[in-house]
Amino acid sequence: MAAVAGLSAPSRTTGTTGRLSDLLWRHPRLLLGLLLGPPLAWLGVVYLGSLAVFLSQSIFAIDDFSGLITYEPTLATYRQLFSDANLDIIVRTLSMAAVVTLASIVVAFPIAYYAARYARGGWKALFYLGVMLPLWSSYLVKIYAWKLILAKEGIVTWAFERLHLGWLLDAWLALPVIGGNSLSVSYTGTFLVFVYVWLPFMILPIQAALERVPGSLVEASADLGADPRQTFRHVLLPLALPGIVAGSIFTFSLTLGDYIIPQIIGSSRLFIGQAVYAQQGTAGNIPLAAAFTVVPIVIMAVYLWAARRMGAFNAL
Amino acid sequence: MRSEHRAKAPFGLKLAAGLGLLFLHLPILLIFLYAFTTEEKSYRFPPPGLTLEWLAVTWGRADVWAALTLSLKVASLATAIALVLGTLCAAAVSRSAFFGREVVSLLVILPIALPGIITGIALRSAFSMADIPFSFFTIVLGHATFCIVVVYNNAVARFRRLSGSLVEASMDLGADGFQTFRYVILPNIGTSLLAGGMLAFALSFDEVIVTTFTAGQQSTLPIWMLQELIRPRQRPVTNVVAMIVVLVTLLPILAAFFLTRDGDSIAGGGK
Repeated sequence: MAAVAGLSAPSRTTGTTGRLSDLLWRHPRLLLGLLLGPPLAWLGVVYLGSLAVFLSQSIFAIDDFSGLITYEPTLATYRQLFSDANLDIIVRTLSMAAVVTLASIVVAFPIAYYAARYARGGWKALFYLGVMLPLWSSYLVKIYAWKLILAKEGIVTWAFERLHLGWLLDAWLALPVIGGNSLSVSYTGTFLVFVYVWLPFMILPIQAALERVPGSLVEASADLGADPRQTFRHVLLPLALPGIVAGSIFTFSLTLGDYIIPQIIGSSRLFIGQAVYAQQGTAGNIPLAAAFTVVPIVIMAVYLWAARRMGAFNAL
Repeated sequence: MRSEHRAKAPFGLKLAAGLGLLFLHLPILLIFLYAFTTEEKSYRFPPPGLTLEWLAVTWGRADVWAALTLSLKVASLATAIALVLGTLCAAAVSRSAFFGREVVSLLVILPIALPGIITGIALRSAFSMADIPFSFFTIVLGHATFCIVVVYNNAVARFRRLSGSLVEASMDLGADGFQTFRYVILPNIGTSLLAGGMLAFALSFDEVIVTTFTAGQQSTLPIWMLQELIRPRQRPVTNVVAMIVVLVTLLPILAAFFLTRDGDSIAGGGK
């Protein structure tokens, strides 16, 4: 007893660190402030501040003659945003995001379902790494790989010719909107790369949602006479829906904001990200760039609000 | 855990899952093949021949070395900053309930939830408003901003598992707050910080969009790659660099996986 007291007593009261520690113990608010101060100073003040300043530029407009920003609130920039050419860009990006999201769901679901329900032990780890490694591999290298794959002289053309299906590829490329000179300069190419790059973001939340479905539910459904398709439709799908919605937040938002993939693999027609990049860079029209930026933010805010109502955040 | 006679997976499901995994991995494997091709002018498949020549050529390239060193330096410093800020946030959020707790979580996630181009432009305008010239440090600050979230996610999960009674016991036994942090909290959250740090490193090493806006004349490895992607000039060297990048990012990810796999399996969940 005495020995213990002798050990502990001095360290509590002596030394500056001891006193400081006591002070923080007595004033938890102070400790909280010290902990949160540095990160909040950077994220809350510098980051959010510059974000707000940039976005607020959208209510100003460029003077057509001088090319300088006139600092008077106006809706002219938003009027410009909804001109036909710019509206085209927005619709193109939104349709791409929607198609990419749907395709990701279709490709991701079997992987997620197998990993959640059938894979055990080593296989489970393998599936986990199998999704994690592509997720974390270099974004640019992944795009580069697809440049190799989709090139006219690349592996896809080679494979189609080997299978004597070269005519099929040519017919596909001859299609009006989705075709092009080669896959690497067509919407089909852009679409494939988007699906590839964002796929892991869809697999993980679906898998997380499916992990929570007890196997007995599926068995009960079968016992009650449902065939596999009915079980899927009425039991699995509703339970996986929050995960699907959570995944679609990623695929949708990432597609909306990306400007590198359509620049490297795709036709020369612009997507929102490219328009922002061009407006703030070469065109020097910061207000229009800001207005373009508001579009994905508003869309995602609505999307997130809807997703929250569907319970998607519990699946993250 | 589940019923003992587990149903076998239907063949169609197995096939779809297997093909899906192949779809995820074949493109990356192809990078390894192309690094050894003898073809210089196009992306021809199958490669006409295989050679080790380009490894040597790339080894001798000063610009590749400069870009690689810059990327490694940026990633190390950005990771260090993210580790400090991310841990502070995680400690504050998990130790006490306070008004605006949710806001802090949202704030940490925002730089990565918003498209990179928005974060990039916002930071760029902030730097130019403050008359800070674009340099090594502006790249680091940009990277640290979005790296905080991975450290935070890993640390918060571990803090949640760290029982409060351990801290109380340490206090009861006479340790002051700093000693408790050094001897009780740090050993407990250590591996999660290591994992978070490695993921932050991988994230920073690979980042290109924010870097485009916050870099001056310097080019990091991803910027170098991007220039090659837009205007291919030296395909064989790019092939080799792509392979090196895959290998460099692979190691920290594998390490992070093995560090966090027993317990909270969320190593990469926060990207």
